Amino acid sequence: MANSINDIQEELISEFEFFDDWMEKYDYIISLGKSMPMIDEKYKNEDHIINGCQSKVWLNAEKDGDFVKFTADSDAIITKGIISLLIRVLTNQKPEDIQKADLYFIDKIGLKEHLSPMRSNGLESMLKKMKMYGLALNNTSC
Amino acid sequence: MSAADIRLQFPLLSTQMNGKPLIFLDTAASSQKPKIVIDAISNYYETTHANVHRGVYKLSQQATDAFERSRHIVKHFINAPSEEEIIFTKGATEGINLVASCFGRKCLNEGDEVLISAMEHHANIVPWQLICEEKKAILKVVPITDSGEVMMEEYKQMLNAKTKIVAITHVSNTLGTINPIKEIIEIAHTHHIPVLVDGCQAAPNIAVDVQDLDADFYVFSAHKVYGPTGMGVLFGKKEWLNAMPPYHGGGDMIETVTFEKTTFNKLPHKYEAGTPHIAGAVGLGVALEFMQEIGLDVITEHKQYLLDIATTQLKQIDGLRIIGEASNKVGVISFIVDGTHPYDIGALLDKQGIAVRTGHHCTQPLMQRFEVPGTVRASFGIYTLESDIDALIKGVKKSISMLL
Ligand SMILES: Cc1ncc(COP(=O)(O)O)c(C=O)c1O
Repeated sequence: MANSINDIQEELISEFEFFDDWMEKYDYIISLGKSMPMIDEKYKNEDHIINGCQSKVWLNAEKDGDFVKFTADSDAIITKGIISLLIRVLTNQKPEDIQKADLYFIDKIGLKEHLSPMRSNGLESMLKKMKMYGLALNNTSC
Repeated sequence: MSAADIRLQFPLLSTQMNGKPLIFLDTAASSQKPKIVIDAISNYYETTHANVHRGVYKLSQQATDAFERSRHIVKHFINAPSEEEIIFTKGATEGINLVASCFGRKCLNEGDEVLISAMEHHANIVPWQLICEEKKAILKVVPITDSGEVMMEEYKQMLNAKTKIVAITHVSNTLGTINPIKEIIEIAHTHHIPVLVDGCQAAPNIAVDVQDLDADFYVFSAHKVYGPTGMGVLFGKKEWLNAMPPYHGGGDMIETVTFEKTTFNKLPHKYEAGTPHIAGAVGLGVALEFMQEIGLDVITEHKQYLLDIATTQLKQIDGLRIIGEASNKVGVISFIVDGTHPYDIGALLDKQGIAVRTGHHCTQPLMQRFEVPGTVRASFGIYTLESDIDALIKGVKKSISMLL
């Protein structure tokens, strides 16, 4: 059984506590963005795009047994790094848990501004979409 | 007065962003405000406010005088022939919508053409699309070169008997290009076609003379010329403003009203329905006087100087490409860096206290033209210093080293 959403959030919060300044934080996010396993090229299409106006985000969700598996990509590296954090927290979780997840870690690690709807980088919409997938996949399994 | 002295008059510029001294390089989106403008607005509310053109009492007369004094200042600022041709709006966007709607209702018919350029701001695209759709008219777009200049031969060829109006920007907010607007107008006028000029980025940067240009309509926003938001100017030639129908109906714009028929007030009031943004007009007037005191030639020269050093230094950065290399530009530079997204650079600059704009700058078709997802744009004001450019260069280099 995978760790719970909140376990992973706590894990991330303590990881980020090691960083002294924004530079180190962003260096880490950028490295995550570069190393993140990307979405299968076949999903990088209009059906999977989340238009954030500035950077593009592609997201795919699949059901694997009781769990939802997310893969995603973005054309901006920082967006991609933050996506990989969101995915780490929400992938391989049950639809109902995804749906009701409270992602407090974003604020705690000091990246809240990236998830503002006004930032128009697609992240806020991506999060909404992930929760919607949780809902949709939950319904189909009932 | 040096730029450093001028800068001291802008309270917000001595604050911090993300714990770093603010380096504000987004003046093309909106300029900061000098203390004198901020004070004029609060002083107006503290000492002079009442509704304009209405009361017989002294205070209302004083408010009206303050409001109309600003119209007088605007007239001088753009050298308009008369004050009746200065319409106060809430911004350039409203000015363009007003002309598109009123001119369109009067003059556009099925099959007619409206000509714009490929470097227009959405504010000078969408209003025309709306009226063209309504009137079954056709929106045509003059192409631009790779360096970001209007293709003049194509422009000449696209003008024809169906063309009813040309709407074009004086200066591009994304590329910085200064268009040869006088020539563009002259050519249109040989075909008796009127021209609307979007002066949003010209007014803050270069001296504007609507009579010399012979512009039929000229719009700009107060917030880009060191004045308040929610305020703008539409200059229109009397002949056109008299010929066109009103835009909004309401108080102030009427002469007599009965339920059967209303007659409209004379210019400029015909186009100023409702209680106007009086404090905004007062602030705009003071802002324009502030610019005139510094001198438009001094402002133009200062920005040119900053543009030159910024261009030279940015070009030395590996993989950096400037979008918009017209020979005649204002202090606006767009660029992209190979292997990075504009958003990445913008987010890292923000952390370093540097405010730039990233994205499409409300010119999506232009981004498609240059096949880029967006750009990073730095733009300069009268308060921008050489040290701001140094900070930008350092910041961009640091961002690139983190990203690549
Ligand atoms: C060239 C140009 N046109 C129009 C506009 C619209 O101005 P506003 O939003 O102040 O109405 C802008 C400002 O962003 C601009 O730069």
